[in-house]
Amino acid sequence: MTAVLETCGLGKQYRRRWALSDCTLDIPSGRVVGLVGPNGAGKTTLLHLATGLLRPTTGTIRVLGDPPPATPAQLARVGFVAQDTPTYAGLSVADHLRLGAHLNRNWDARLASDRIERLGLDPAQRAGKLSGGQRAQLALTLAVAKKPELLILDEPVASLDPLARREFLQILMEAVADQQLSVVLSSHLVADLERVCDYLVVLVASKVQVAGDVDRLLATHHLLTGARRHPVTLPEGQQVISASHTDKQTTLIVRTDGPIHDPAWTVSAIGLEDLVLAYMSRNAPGPRPALEVQR
Amino acid sequence: MTWLTWRQFRAQTLVTAAALAVLAIILVITGRQLSHTFDATVIGCRARGDCTAAINSFQNQDTQLQDLTKLLMYVVPAVIGIFWGAPLLARELETGTYLLAWTQGVTRGRWLAVKLVLTGVASVATAGLLTLMVTWWYSPLERVGAGRLTPGEFSQSGIVIIGYAAFAFSLGVAAGLLIRRTLPAMAVTLAIFVGVQLAMPFWIRPHLIAPLRTVSVVKAANSVANVGTGAGTGSRLLVGATTNMPGAWIYSQQVTTASGNTNLGPSPAQCGPNYGYNACQATIIRMHLRNVVVYQPASRYWAFQWYETAIYLAVALVLAGLCWWWVRRRVA
Repeated sequence: MTAVLETCGLGKQYRRRWALSDCTLDIPSGRVVGLVGPNGAGKTTLLHLATGLLRPTTGTIRVLGDPPPATPAQLARVGFVAQDTPTYAGLSVADHLRLGAHLNRNWDARLASDRIERLGLDPAQRAGKLSGGQRAQLALTLAVAKKPELLILDEPVASLDPLARREFLQILMEAVADQQLSVVLSSHLVADLERVCDYLVVLVASKVQVAGDVDRLLATHHLLTGARRHPVTLPEGQQVISASHTDKQTTLIVRTDGPIHDPAWTVSAIGLEDLVLAYMSRNAPGPRPALEVQR
Repeated sequence: MTWLTWRQFRAQTLVTAAALAVLAIILVITGRQLSHTFDATVIGCRARGDCTAAINSFQNQDTQLQDLTKLLMYVVPAVIGIFWGAPLLARELETGTYLLAWTQGVTRGRWLAVKLVLTGVASVATAGLLTLMVTWWYSPLERVGAGRLTPGEFSQSGIVIIGYAAFAFSLGVAAGLLIRRTLPAMAVTLAIFVGVQLAMPFWIRPHLIAPLRTVSVVKAANSVANVGTGAGTGSRLLVGATTNMPGAWIYSQQVTTASGNTNLGPSPAQCGPNYGYNACQATIIRMHLRNVVVYQPASRYWAFQWYETAIYLAVALVLAGLCWWWVRRRVA
């Protein structure tokens, strides 16, 4: 099975700043992939590279087995909903559907108009007058009705209220189920993705921290609590992702493929949110212990 | 893509078409009257001789419309650059809709090419229709004017406005693409366009074709002005001569001596106030002064029109090519 997204040493440099560096991924098809990371981590850059909007500075990227879309045939295979779901403010909902019909060879007009009807959008309404949630739904409709194999969404729910957020994700999942789409969607909030994703990529400070199947990630990461120990030593094969200490207690998040036998630790399962936060805080800028010993 | 371009540009196209239609109606009605008046007054008087009065009164016909057409010929290309060119890409980049457009099933190269060609053709067509109407309407007035080759008149007729419009449009598109914001792009477009339009008649157009130079012997001075030239040489009088070159664009006119010195007319003693007019003229004729005129003859009007139009069109094409390259290679 070909990978929907395959990158090797992928990097993008803007003037002096690297927005993405040394990104190596191999995401299988048929998944709903969550791309998580704080704002400015390089999520948009990675997604724009995948849609062919940007060209990489270094490395290679293949989308659905081919170079990123540059020809009409390749463009037809990838649907994209950009951040803040831009639409033409002066064009009506119906105009947007006509736009889709004129610009896409595989356009499914029935699917598009059915979705608009089901969403309760007035076709004569100008896109500029739609609410954020409605606009996101319109943008999603455009991306879905072009019948892509891969749907990429950049922070689709970031600007939506909680209700619209849930509705959007629900409708997205229906479309995924109906059309057998692969999906990559980004967010800076894990909570948005937890319910819909079965594959996760954590991107922090322009680098991929961890990527993998959600179930497998949850099975290989453990929360360890025990009496305070500093420094922590663990057997080979157990990697500390994050450690926090109180006066009496040490809490670790550990990644390992094998079981943990040390009776000194209480081992418990970890939630996806804690897992992601552990990887994010590893690279969070802030005071480091090293600063204290410099004098 | 043609549909989207038309849909985005529909309102402007219809408004422009309506404005051109209204202008056409006004100009056809008044233009026919103007033409009749010209035949009746100016042509008629030429048979009798002196026409100054008739020409003056004819030039005062429809002054408001004259001003309006002049204004339109100056302003329309700038307006095309500002309102059609600058927002064409800047608005897409500013509002993020380019992300929507470029991820449909059409390559961005094609997207840009269709937008550029259709809107560019509309710009050129608008300018073309305008100049067609105005040139026709203005033609009787032009026949009694200073000559259509002179800097003040040159851009008021003919085909150069087509080049101006194409250039202004491409300039606006390029500015919008580089600046990525509509309002600043409009301002920059206006500033550069006005700068180029000022530079053209003063620094570029005079050098497009080498001017002619004629030297004629001064047979009669039409003015003798008193010019002091420092002590020692005494003061000399400056002689003025008229040049009769209808419609020519005169770069310079100077009265010199046979050896090429300027400002060396007769001394006040020979041509002073208490010296007779005829004697003064006789003195001047005896000096064999030369009237040196550097000019472009009126017959070069179309050569200048074609040259200038070609230059503007070439720059417009280069700018459009640059935009195309930039969108495909650099933007996003």
